[in-house]
Amino acid sequence: MRSLYVRYFLFLLVTLSCSVSGFAKKIQVCHDCSIISIKQAIQQAEEGDTIVVKQGTYYENEILIDKSLTLLSEDASVDGQDKGEIFIVKADDVTIDGFTIVNVGTSYIKDFAAIRIRESKNFAVRNNIIRNLFFGIYLEKSKDGIVENNKIYGKAKNEFNSGNGIQLWYSNNVIIKSNYVEKVRDGIYLEFSNYCQIEDNVSQYNVRYGLHFMFSNHDVVKNCKYIHNGAGVAIMFSKYMTMTDNLFEDNWGSAAYGVLLKEVNDTEINYNTFKGNTTAINIEGSNRVTYLHNDFIGNGWAINSNGANYHNIVNYNNFSNNSFDLVYRGPLNHNNFDSNYWSGYTGYDLNKDGIGDVPYRPIKLFSYIVNKTPESIILLRSLFIDIIDFSEKVSPIFTPDNLVDNTPITKYIKHDKDR
Amino acid sequence: MLKILKYSFYDLIRSRWSYIYLLFYLLLGIVLLFLNSDIGKAIITLMNVIIVLVPLISTIFGVMYYYDSREFTELLLALPLKRSTIFFGQYLGVALSLSMSLIIGLGIPFLFYGLLASGVIINFLLLIVTGVFLTFIFSAFSYCIGLKNENKIKGFGYSILLWLFLAIIYDGVLLTVLIVFGEYPLENITLIGTILNPIDLSRILILLRLDISALLGYTGAVFKSFFGNGVGSIISFFILLLWVVFPLFLLRKFAKRKDF
Repeated sequence: MRSLYVRYFLFLLVTLSCSVSGFAKKIQVCHDCSIISIKQAIQQAEEGDTIVVKQGTYYENEILIDKSLTLLSEDASVDGQDKGEIFIVKADDVTIDGFTIVNVGTSYIKDFAAIRIRESKNFAVRNNIIRNLFFGIYLEKSKDGIVENNKIYGKAKNEFNSGNGIQLWYSNNVIIKSNYVEKVRDGIYLEFSNYCQIEDNVSQYNVRYGLHFMFSNHDVVKNCKYIHNGAGVAIMFSKYMTMTDNLFEDNWGSAAYGVLLKEVNDTEINYNTFKGNTTAINIEGSNRVTYLHNDFIGNGWAINSNGANYHNIVNYNNFSNNSFDLVYRGPLNHNNFDSNYWSGYTGYDLNKDGIGDVPYRPIKLFSYIVNKTPESIILLRSLFIDIIDFSEKVSPIFTPDNLVDNTPITKYIKHDKDR
Repeated sequence: MLKILKYSFYDLIRSRWSYIYLLFYLLLGIVLLFLNSDIGKAIITLMNVIIVLVPLISTIFGVMYYYDSREFTELLLALPLKRSTIFFGQYLGVALSLSMSLIIGLGIPFLFYGLLASGVIINFLLLIVTGVFLTFIFSAFSYCIGLKNENKIKGFGYSILLWLFLAIIYDGVLLTVLIVFGEYPLENITLIGTILNPIDLSRILILLRLDISALLGYTGAVFKSFFGNGVGSIISFFILLLWVVFPLFLLRKFAKRKDF
């Protein structure tokens, strides 16, 4: 009788424990545990399990995650010993959270990444710190995921032997939020990736671009900071993009831009701040782009329009103390430069409606001279240059005479920041 | 020398012209700040003023004072004093009083406007320092011109010409050279060209702070190393110092040879 009870009890225990493990098991990895490597833990885990990696350094690479797992780290760091990729995800619903990942190998044939997510859905990469990397987080044909709060510290010096911080390739609907990337080739790079949201990221001291789009449409960039990059944001061959409330600062150099647009159509660039960049916006072959309520403060060149740009709208922006407000090539092509504030405006406003009574010509003759003989930049703000600029303003010969702001705003425009 | 300096200085401080000069700067500063809500923009306008007007006023004022105090100078020459002492003393008196007008005249309105709280204080100080340098350089030049020319009209003519040449014509010639010889590497020539003109040199010094982002847009290696790190500023300051010494050397030479 008694043995029957025991048997019954045991049966209950077994079924219970089975059902629990079927639900979600927690596997611990640490140096003194029965499982001492992440790979081993993944092998033993089943779909939906959580692997908790305890404090310590784990020398592992090519960690393949082919089940839906949650990997949590408690101060664990993974050292790839420069041998190649570290985490490779090939399953849906995978979370990688809180790891310090160091020493990704460098290869000129393969793009080794600290975390690679391949053909997966609903992934989350959070709170990781990646150092000494080739590529940081590489999303490949994946979608509906989030990359959040990661910090990536590269040491890139040249473009040709460095990788990107966060790279998306054919990955749609990804949220990239609150990440910090420094000193890599491109901070964040999107190729063929649509409907992505890029928010609150900081990208600085990157060798090439802070954020780079290629053939990507319908992406949103919001509240990001791009400081001291080769170019803040480069958008190429893309459509229907939105960029708002970003800061572009001190992107210095002979080919350094706040924003570089090449063949970009139907895009909105509003409420951004451009401060102290060599060129704030460089535009080439871009149509129907609107630039509203941006601040251009103390840049070398605020807008450099390189031709083949049609139907662009530049309204309600502040152009304050830039060395050159506008450089323009070719005919006007239905581009509109009305209703901006120009700190160089010297006209008057008799009826006091805040709109200057005399149209403003934002193009200086000297910008043409600098374009032809770059050394002459050293004569910037010289009295002689002011005199020739003035005479050109009075009777334009070299600059397109229909490129004017017909309704220049006389006071610095206060944008509605909490709209 | 100190006594002569003191005398000249007090003499100038009591003179009408110093007050006019001071008042002019005071007004300029107030108007600039009143018209521009933006202190950064005011500083850029101020830069143009300093680079153009300070040399002009210094030369004219210096020559004027030299001719004005001629009788006093002759009196001093009769005393057992070294010539260089007399002229250096007078020159320093002029330069110092002009610098003081500049500093006070521009300093007061900007201080009241909240210069200390704004982030442009370094730019402002740089402007003032360059202004003082230019005052010293150009009043020395004006004294040289005065010593060389007995004829007042000629003296004034030469000093205006000097200003016109260095402030405007020089840049025109430089630009023409750059455009005409555009196909040759011109970086070094451009840099040397600017160094040889104190007005251009002070302009570069200010540009290095205000327009560094534009200057770095140029690709050349020489420019880059000159503009890129602190080297450019240090070299410019050093050469500006040389520019103060050079006319003083001339002044000494002229004063020695001059037959009164």
